[in-house]
Amino acid sequence: MANTRPKVEILPGAESDLSAATFRINNESHTIGNALRWMLMKNPKVEFCGYSVPHPSENHIHVRVQMYGTPIPPSFCSSFHQTKFPDKLSSLQALLTALSDLDDLFQTIEGAYRQSLNAGNYERWDEKS
Amino acid sequence: MASSSSLRPRNAGFPAAPHTTLSKSSHDPRKHVGVHFEHVSNVSNTEYPGHYPGEDHSWNLGKFKQGLRVVVQRVSQRSIEFDLVGVDASIANAFRRIIIAEVPMIAIENVYVWNNTSVIVDEVLSHRLGLVPLNVDPAVLEPRTETGFNSQPNDRNTLVFKLKVACERNPRVAKGAPGEYINDEVKSGHLVWTPQGEQPAVSVFAKRPPAATNPDIVLAKLRPGQEIDMELHAVKGVGQDHAKFCPVATATYRTHPLIILNPSKPVPRHLAKKFAQCFSPGVVTVDDDGNVSIEERNMRRDSVSREVLRHREFDGCVELKRIRDHFIFNVESEGPYAPERLFLESVTVMRDKIATIKRSVEALMSGGPDGAAANGADVDVEMAGT
Repeated sequence: MANTRPKVEILPGAESDLSAATFRINNESHTIGNALRWMLMKNPKVEFCGYSVPHPSENHIHVRVQMYGTPIPPSFCSSFHQTKFPDKLSSLQALLTALSDLDDLFQTIEGAYRQSLNAGNYERWDEKS
Repeated sequence: MASSSSLRPRNAGFPAAPHTTLSKSSHDPRKHVGVHFEHVSNVSNTEYPGHYPGEDHSWNLGKFKQGLRVVVQRVSQRSIEFDLVGVDASIANAFRRIIIAEVPMIAIENVYVWNNTSVIVDEVLSHRLGLVPLNVDPAVLEPRTETGFNSQPNDRNTLVFKLKVACERNPRVAKGAPGEYINDEVKSGHLVWTPQGEQPAVSVFAKRPPAATNPDIVLAKLRPGQEIDMELHAVKGVGQDHAKFCPVATATYRTHPLIILNPSKPVPRHLAKKFAQCFSPGVVTVDDDGNVSIEERNMRRDSVSREVLRHREFDGCVELKRIRDHFIFNVESEGPYAPERLFLESVTVMRDKIATIKRSVEALMSGGPDGAAANGADVDVEMAGT
């Protein structure tokens, strides 16, 4: 497989300012998709985030991110949104933030695991094979 | 490791319960998944910004650190049980998936058959050989790649074994007596490691020469005159390519069970024993007066079978729940990894993944070679600021 595709691509149909976009992440699965979706949803500036595996035999995922402030027809746009989120935020920036936060999370969990292991306050037992 | 924690005798009925890991936050009803007679309730996590008015649930590393608890409970030579508390299911599931499918392992990948006169055909025997667990720490090899230096077998990415076995009659044993044949069974112990290039100088190999973890796996059966002569190449791979590269027998988690007695409707004393039998052994204790209580230490051992909900006489006496963010992991290693190391390996794999995606996203932001400019036909977006 001569795969020269970039790891992350932006699918056609994204907003020109990337306030809403679908990203295609190559060679990834639910493992990163669901974790990333969760972290993006923890961002209060993200209005919607979802991921999908479009086809089981194609090894990539789609991650959809929509930011508050996405251009939507004025009739659907509440005054709350217009006042609170006047600027259109980049979903790419949100994706990058989520990745950094996920990395912090895993680093923290690793530290906690090591700490518990080193404390040695657990039961050791002999398992017969 | 723990020198103080010796081998504790195990309760005959069920494994000795380790220390409880329930805390005050475990009793927060928001974290409870309801388990009812025919349905479950409150399954999904709701701690997202905007869900609860006036509450901030945005990502906060400090808050996360406060709520996070990782407690190793039991470790044997082959398995580990630990609690991961305070994370979302998507994170716990990522660990499970990575341990099964993406922590690398070494297994036989290419088999060159010089001679095989046994009754088992080449491709079936090759498949069996691939599944033999090897004792080599995967860290010592580099993975094969599509292009570049490691696209060809070399001493940094391949281990070579020879399998040369011929069966013959044992002249000193009478016909029909046990042991009349020599080498009538080809076993995993017959694999002979042949060091390549710089491999003899590697201290890891000198300390523990590459071989099968179990020398007694029968690979083929022979009769006098039959022989097998093969060269086997073992490489590093991941479980998502083939199950032979999977480092574990199982890697599972379950959420912590929670059993809550209703103080305003106690269990009738004469039914206390029947009540206790609705749960896994040790979960419910009955005192001499027939009063029922829940043993918090052993609550984790409950199977949440819902048996208690089948009996009308216990209606309203008890609530069955599970704690949504409390995961009890059980990982059984089946290769060269010590069980306590597998979780750490999965963290490494995950952080590598994140780093790769992050680099690509950063390239997209700067419109670099990895970005939109490189695949203009695919993308109809103009990058912000370009």
